[in-house]
Amino acid sequence: MSALTLYLPQDSVVVAMGADAVADALQVAAATRGVALELRRTSSRGLFWLEPLLEVEVAGVRHGLAAVQAADADSVLTALLAAGAPMHPKAIGPVAEIPQLKRQQRQIFSRAGLTRPVSLDDYQAHGGGRGLQRARTLSAAAVVEEVLQSGLRGRGGAAFPAGIKWRTVQQAQSASKYVVCNADEGDSGTFADRMVMEGDPLLLIEGMKIAALAVGATQGYIYVRSEYPQAVATLRAAIAAAEAAGWLGEDASGQTFHLEVRVGAGAYICGEETAMLESIEGKRGTVRAKPPIPALAGLFGQPTLVHNVLSFAAVPGILADGAATYQAMGMGRSRGTLPFQLAGNVRFGGLYELAFGPTLHELVNELGGGTRSGRPVKAAQVGGPLGAWVPLSDFDLPLDYEAFAARQAMLGHGGVVVADDSVNLGQMARFAMAFCAEESCGKCTPCRIGSTRGVEVIDRILHKQDTHANVALLHDLCDTLLHGSLCALGGMTPYPVQSALRHFPQDFGLTPEEAQP
Amino acid sequence: MNEQQQQVVAALLATWQHQPGALLPLLHAIQDALGWVPEDVVPQLSQALNLSRAEVVGVISFYHDFRTQPPAAHSLRVCMAESCQVAGAEALSALAGQQLGIREGETADGQWQVRLVYCLGACACSPALQLDGQLHVQVTPERLTQLLASSREGV
Repeated sequence: MSALTLYLPQDSVVVAMGADAVADALQVAAATRGVALELRRTSSRGLFWLEPLLEVEVAGVRHGLAAVQAADADSVLTALLAAGAPMHPKAIGPVAEIPQLKRQQRQIFSRAGLTRPVSLDDYQAHGGGRGLQRARTLSAAAVVEEVLQSGLRGRGGAAFPAGIKWRTVQQAQSASKYVVCNADEGDSGTFADRMVMEGDPLLLIEGMKIAALAVGATQGYIYVRSEYPQAVATLRAAIAAAEAAGWLGEDASGQTFHLEVRVGAGAYICGEETAMLESIEGKRGTVRAKPPIPALAGLFGQPTLVHNVLSFAAVPGILADGAATYQAMGMGRSRGTLPFQLAGNVRFGGLYELAFGPTLHELVNELGGGTRSGRPVKAAQVGGPLGAWVPLSDFDLPLDYEAFAARQAMLGHGGVVVADDSVNLGQMARFAMAFCAEESCGKCTPCRIGSTRGVEVIDRILHKQDTHANVALLHDLCDTLLHGSLCALGGMTPYPVQSALRHFPQDFGLTPEEAQP
Repeated sequence: MNEQQQQVVAALLATWQHQPGALLPLLHAIQDALGWVPEDVVPQLSQALNLSRAEVVGVISFYHDFRTQPPAAHSLRVCMAESCQVAGAEALSALAGQQLGIREGETADGQWQVRLVYCLGACACSPALQLDGQLHVQVTPERLTQLLASSREGV
């Protein structure tokens, strides 16, 4: 009896594309032929236009078969059982040579598509665990210094220097401290957190364990949104595996770090860090006024290190390879890599981890292949629903925090939603206000009431009622939201609204002059 | 609640009651076990967690996920976030309403609940929706029609 090992992702989106049915069909086809098939369910490479991507190793090189469906199982197996590289209409050759993958600089996603998510053996065989190993040989202060020197900034959107946050928590005097991962990835166009949690959860656990050692925390929480059930299940399985291996719980050196997954309940606002802390405490997810900052008085009033998934996930690599290696990538004050998420109406949608600095043109047109509809690209919303709509004329801007901020846009969490020329940005601006009204926690007036009034004012502009006065009113309202809101939900809703108005006045039935403040 | 349901809730309380911030995990556990969060668990929760009833009700009503009514037989959650909108989600939502003859949030005759959601994390393959908990991506109007038809047959 011959034996065959194949690799197929179990990422939830790939499962939605039929991966489980492919797996079942392959098992049946193998059994019929008397072939012992070992099907390893891995994470996804994030090249979603090729999924379900089935892989086979030939002479140490992974070869791929793209968009495999259950009906292909028989012919695929026939091709694979013949010697050498697979000859099949769906074969695409060595996966590492795919141009969109070859151009990437994968650090966080270095194991994507290669390893089984909850396998410690796979994780370590592909470089996992080295960061924690080195962190154990350093003093807590030295670990913090390493993070500071790397130039890592929080990947959740606000881009605050991570090392400064770590130092603040480390130096805070308190009997108990917490490490909390904000995994409430609710922004449209972002899915990198989900892919880490479903695909490489041990990386997040390793990053949080290093952080706990550095700041002196004994308890950690990962707050995951309820829309991600597979991420919740995978994280829980990975935590159990890490406990069994002595990474979590009380370890040999007597250090204790417990990690628990908490599930949100469908509230976008809980992605805001203080609302998330309230939610973990079992309360309504309303925003807290700052100060005090969570680093000094966070979860249950104790010093708390709060980071996004991608921020913690960057830490093991920084510790393993040294701050200088990380610092060497990127541009300006944006160091290291950002996993850009290419979404919306785009041909080659997926995850593109690159050092900071490429342009939207390179990302959307060259790597992404333009729109899926084949119509011209009109704009891209960068950084989630609170990010600006960037017009084609700014597609040569480098993807860098400061370059975007200088153009009244933001990079945020690296999500890029591509829209073609059929999309009306007046309607999208209206939606931004309506979304804010729907998801506002209600604590501050500009956000709670201003967003509802914003929908009404935009409606009046779209219906050409007293245009001049209503445009002035909309600008005034945006100014109030921008400066008077307690958190980023109200404070940044003006970004998509005003960028749409500034760059696409015709979508509101206005001339450029009429749209001016 | 009947006696069996009361026992379920009591067991969940015993498991969670002393965990820090226990209310959300408890509400999830109750909804997972019973299918919804009945009104009569409120006094129990408030007593066990030393919270006012208003605080418990406030939490239940704040979050979109908690149901205070039994669920419909089928649930459809259509993603309406930007990525899905620019890829045609609005047409899907309109089509679903038309084919099922119900508006958003309704559970007409207890069979269907249609809800708009914001982001299922499948943005590279927009538009996305969830039918009875199962994710579907790159959904066309034809595919949605098929999905709804096969769901109805399974009632």
